[in-house]
Amino acid sequence: MSQTCREVWKVFVILASMLVAAPVWAAPGLLNVSYDVARDLYKDFNPQFEKHWKEKTGETVEVRQSHGGSSKQVRSVADGLEADVVTMNQASDVNFLAEKGLVASDYAKKFPDNASPYTSTMVFIVRKGNPKALKDWNDLVQPGVQIILPHPKNTGNGRYSYLAAWIYALKQPGGNDRTAQEFVGKLLKNTPLFAAGGRDATTSFMQRKQGDVLISFESEAELIAKEFGKGEFDIVYPSLSIQAEFPVAIVEKVVDKKGTRKLAEAYLNYLWSPEGQEVMAQNYLRPRNPAVLKKYEAQFPPIKTYSVDEVFGGWSKATPAHFGDGGSFDRIYQIK
Amino acid sequence: MLPGFGVSLGLTLTYLSILILLPLSGLLFRSASLGLDQFWRIATSAQAVASYRVTFGASFLAALINAFFGLIVAWILVRTPFPGKRFVDVLVDLPFALPTAVAGITLATLTANTGWIGRPLENIFGIRVAFTPVGIVVALTFISLPFVVRTLQPVIEDIEPEIEEAAASLGASRFQTFVRVLFPGLLPALLTGFTLSFSRAIGEYGSVIFIAGNLPMVSEITPLLILSKLEQYDIPGATALALVMLMISFALLLCVNTLQWWAADRHGGNGEADA
Repeated sequence: MSQTCREVWKVFVILASMLVAAPVWAAPGLLNVSYDVARDLYKDFNPQFEKHWKEKTGETVEVRQSHGGSSKQVRSVADGLEADVVTMNQASDVNFLAEKGLVASDYAKKFPDNASPYTSTMVFIVRKGNPKALKDWNDLVQPGVQIILPHPKNTGNGRYSYLAAWIYALKQPGGNDRTAQEFVGKLLKNTPLFAAGGRDATTSFMQRKQGDVLISFESEAELIAKEFGKGEFDIVYPSLSIQAEFPVAIVEKVVDKKGTRKLAEAYLNYLWSPEGQEVMAQNYLRPRNPAVLKKYEAQFPPIKTYSVDEVFGGWSKATPAHFGDGGSFDRIYQIK
Repeated sequence: MLPGFGVSLGLTLTYLSILILLPLSGLLFRSASLGLDQFWRIATSAQAVASYRVTFGASFLAALINAFFGLIVAWILVRTPFPGKRFVDVLVDLPFALPTAVAGITLATLTANTGWIGRPLENIFGIRVAFTPVGIVVALTFISLPFVVRTLQPVIEDIEPEIEEAAASLGASRFQTFVRVLFPGLLPALLTGFTLSFSRAIGEYGSVIFIAGNLPMVSEITPLLILSKLEQYDIPGATALALVMLMISFALLLCVNTLQWWAADRHGGNGEADA
């Protein structure tokens, strides 16, 4: 073996042993598996919790975060990623874990507010000055309007937009499932492309100047303002919209195995503390705590919203009815 | 026979089994839970068939474009000295190194009707690239370019300039020299490059979804449809589509490989080395 070869070998052995030993060095802590755009939220929240826990118990803990497309994240947890808690943007993702027996089937009752510490809603983002005068959902189905939307089948963002339009049509005088499907069909006719995800839709709308209106989360609108400047677009609040909930849950099997149940419960409960709720408001997510909501009311205009539970009877019904094989989306595109 | 033949053959088979056959049999196993008629219903649904057409059609076009231009690029890179040649040579590998999502996002921005390339194309020729099937071909051409060039380069290097001189001295025109003398020797390698390009393009996902527009029945590739099924937690449905893709790809690759053996056999080119 030559000298360099031996050196390389040494480095390799050291690296390999580091990989093996890494978990031993890490401080006790939690792994929070979460959806993509929650990265900033938990980057702000986790240090606060770590500080709070240190003051309360004197223990140093570390909360690690993992972010990605929500259903991909959930599948990794089902396949053995050792998440102590999951914080998702759609109940259907947590329901999947409940089906697999990793999460309690009544997870939504284990924490207040349907286990969703904050909410958001879908709003319109239009070009500066709103040149096409788009004020409500029925303006979007006019001929010549182009709507930018993430894929309704593949993204949470797209699903909320789709269902929000559906709810609008349902709540019109004489509205029923048939008129709603017709309405959403007209809406999709005005959609020239389905973006790969929420951020990609934003890029297409803001940077590539595609379309007249982007349907997005209220919280995203504020992030777009940060990125592209407030003067570049207007935010339009339609007459009604959908309430997006972001359920959190403890992964029972993992916390039992790792002995982290107490810590995981404290972590999720802390999301409802005034300090935690402030972090959410600062990330433009509507806090549940009325006092915090009041404090930030300037950034959250009142809007009538309906939840998926009250209109569709929950995601476990809405998903197959609208986005499953032969659901309303497929019927609109006449896919058999 | 090679020394240690038994050991190396055993090693090869074990390695390939663990790396390729094991995951594939998992795929088979998962879709087996469907039952034949349900499998057939999913595999032949209108949306699935439309997506096969988009995926395989766009990949075929992309591989064809790469075969033509890749041959020219490879020839120039080997035979013609010019300043900055090394730099251009490195450029060819860039699609390998670049994360495909980055490529997709960049290409979409360039070819959207507000982009540097997309705007003149739409204004002058009325062609829309981004968010149409044309965009898919563009993305696939980009990511699969290196395969043709890198397969052809060593073969072109091996062609002695004396062969061309001999052909010329025997009265062949430059065109005849290329078609009758050089091209048959290049054909097996060109087919290999084409096949690699083609199969790389079929499986591509990351770059395509950003430029495709993803409209059902129009610009939806099969990998997106698979993802779509996974998003609904329809794992057997997703594996069914994956299996169909795999079977079509395997059949096509087998065809091209047979063609390549035939070409190598017939022209005694350098095909054996690349097969």
